[in-house]
Amino acid sequence: MTDRSPSDRTPQFDPALARGLVSRRGMLAGIGATGLATLLAACGTKGTAGKANPTAQAATDRSDTEKVVSWSNWPEYIDVDDKTKTHPTLDAFTKQTGIKVTYTEDYNDNDEFFAKVQPQLRAGADTGRDVWCSTDWMVAKLIRLNWVQKLDKANIPNAKNLQDTLVNVEFDPGRQFSLPWQSGFTGIGYNPKATGGRKIETYEQLLTDKTLKGKVTLLTEMRDTVGMMLLAMGKDPANFTDADFDAAIKEIETAKNSGQLKGFTGNEYGKGLASGDIAACLAWTGDVVQLQADNPALGYTLPASGHMIWSDNFVIPNKAKHKKNAEVLIDYYYDPKVMAQVVDYVNYISVVKGAEQLLLADDPEVAKNPLIFPSEAVLARAHVFRGLTEEEETKYNKAFQALTTGG
Amino acid sequence: MSSAAGLGGGPPAGSPAAAARPGRRFAGVPYFLLLPGLLWLGVFFVVPMLFLLSQSLQTGTLETGYRLTFHFATYTDALSQFSRQFLRSFEYAFLATLLALLIGYPLAYAIALKAGRWKPVLLVMVVAPFFTSFLLRTLAWQTILNSDGLVMRFFRGTHLISLTSALGWTNGNQLLSSPLAVVTGLTYNFLPFMVLPLFASLDRLDPRLLEAAGDLYATPLTAFRRVTLPMSMPGVVAGTLLTFIPAAGDFINSQLLGNPKTAMIGQVIEGYFLRINDYPTAAALSFALMVTILVLVSVYVRRSGTEELV
Repeated sequence: MTDRSPSDRTPQFDPALARGLVSRRGMLAGIGATGLATLLAACGTKGTAGKANPTAQAATDRSDTEKVVSWSNWPEYIDVDDKTKTHPTLDAFTKQTGIKVTYTEDYNDNDEFFAKVQPQLRAGADTGRDVWCSTDWMVAKLIRLNWVQKLDKANIPNAKNLQDTLVNVEFDPGRQFSLPWQSGFTGIGYNPKATGGRKIETYEQLLTDKTLKGKVTLLTEMRDTVGMMLLAMGKDPANFTDADFDAAIKEIETAKNSGQLKGFTGNEYGKGLASGDIAACLAWTGDVVQLQADNPALGYTLPASGHMIWSDNFVIPNKAKHKKNAEVLIDYYYDPKVMAQVVDYVNYISVVKGAEQLLLADDPEVAKNPLIFPSEAVLARAHVFRGLTEEEETKYNKAFQALTTGG
Repeated sequence: MSSAAGLGGGPPAGSPAAAARPGRRFAGVPYFLLLPGLLWLGVFFVVPMLFLLSQSLQTGTLETGYRLTFHFATYTDALSQFSRQFLRSFEYAFLATLLALLIGYPLAYAIALKAGRWKPVLLVMVVAPFFTSFLLRTLAWQTILNSDGLVMRFFRGTHLISLTSALGWTNGNQLLSSPLAVVTGLTYNFLPFMVLPLFASLDRLDPRLLEAAGDLYATPLTAFRRVTLPMSMPGVVAGTLLTFIPAAGDFINSQLLGNPKTAMIGQVIEGYFLRINDYPTAAALSFALMVTILVLVSVYVRRSGTEELV
């Protein structure tokens, strides 16, 4: 029996056969057979567990056995020893308490950071961080979601040194969940070399002055860019309507369409402003004070119509493993002597009482800088963006997103 | 005895059961060999795609959770709102691909056919930029194109800047923050993806074919047109695909080198995922982008007759 029928033959590996096995149509048919709809439905996500539940939010605190604390912060937001590249105040903290600090500069943007830690927090898991510094409105959001823990003030006796104006904030009355790290103003920075030597003093100039065409940047922080616009329009960012918001967006949109704007930035505007590629921009105080050290000609104005003030605040996320150590760390920075050292370097507004007096002796130049220790009159013109509901936040964010990447 | 036959010995005479056995044994082999690849595709492509598709049809918010409601309106809303960015992405990606081809082809040709012993060095130089991060390479263009730079001085000196401004390629007397800068960045960043496949196909070209063409009285130009170019078509197709697809979805170049009016769809998707946390819209835009690219690519590949590439 040498003559076998074709069906008996050993099948050869045939590329066409292989392709047939995985043809796109075949694949789709297979998926269809398993019930696409049920499969898709399985991909839904649950909402966040509604009510606050302190026991569910806390993890077993290992502070007493593990002398470590992990702190995430914004880049260039703490004192640095120019020679050794270490952080003197952190080293002193470790020496004093025996707690080693893992200091990570991985907080570049509130939304981005939120997106990064959101999966763990939603799942009720440890984010690997014990404390970080979020901007006011992000703190509001984290509190609303019950994703941050109440601070144990018994571990933070120095909290009494907090500036009085910052104690009863709308999003966290009495500061149960958060304590500020640094504050700053949002104003207008400009490079006289690129503006033809002229001062830029109003938002209108930014948006309409033809000599600045294509060389103006605004901020990706919606509350800063729109807040300043509202002020320029004579509205109050702490109390505005939907119509006011839309009108503000429209004003900026008009400027964008005329080619006036170079873009919307985070704090990467520094390089461009120093080189003159950016003639004028919305800018944060500390950044500009630091830039002025190398480029004394740079100008900074707080418009007469008012300016925004914000703080970045310490918060302790759910399931943090070293909550007590984090609180000891916060307490340490609320010592005016320590905060004075930090402010002397980062040049933002001190949130701790007494730092100014200490600096007057050590570094009077910084202590007398009105952008670091502002006068009562300047503080009176500082405004805060009002708290938003989730619905408003989504709506405003969308409108703002359409502005920054639309058109 | 029969097991010995099953191991591939001589044909077991007479018994039909024994005759069928080798067949059954080999039938599974193609499937078996495909398994690693299929698993990879399944876990890292099909499942994520289904997640994405599902996400795009859900409604809800991050705080209340998302539920699948087959809300197809997300697609129509997102596409009508961001059609300009969509089209712009393809326009920029197309221009960048074309430029990369115009720059990359002569380069690959020179490396493959004229470089001699310098070939390895030149190839390393093509790949060398990959040793630095994508972000840094893009940021470097900010320095190259800024107002004090040589390029800008050249453009100002020759008044080319007025021409590009008139054409709408630049804005406000500067090179940065313009469509020109974005397309330049895209071209630069994806050029190696064009050069390498082109090199691979040109390097395989048998020089005897060109000699034969010469013997048959073809001029060098004709030889190129009739021999080299057709032989390098697989490289051209692969190179253009590898350039076009990532360029269309890119969001770094337009963010760092562009202005608000050069926003590409990748930027919009990034914003919706990371800033607004509107996952359904972001997923719908991603899915639509992918499907569009898939359709364009299939048409292109079918047209160019190099189906064995996909």
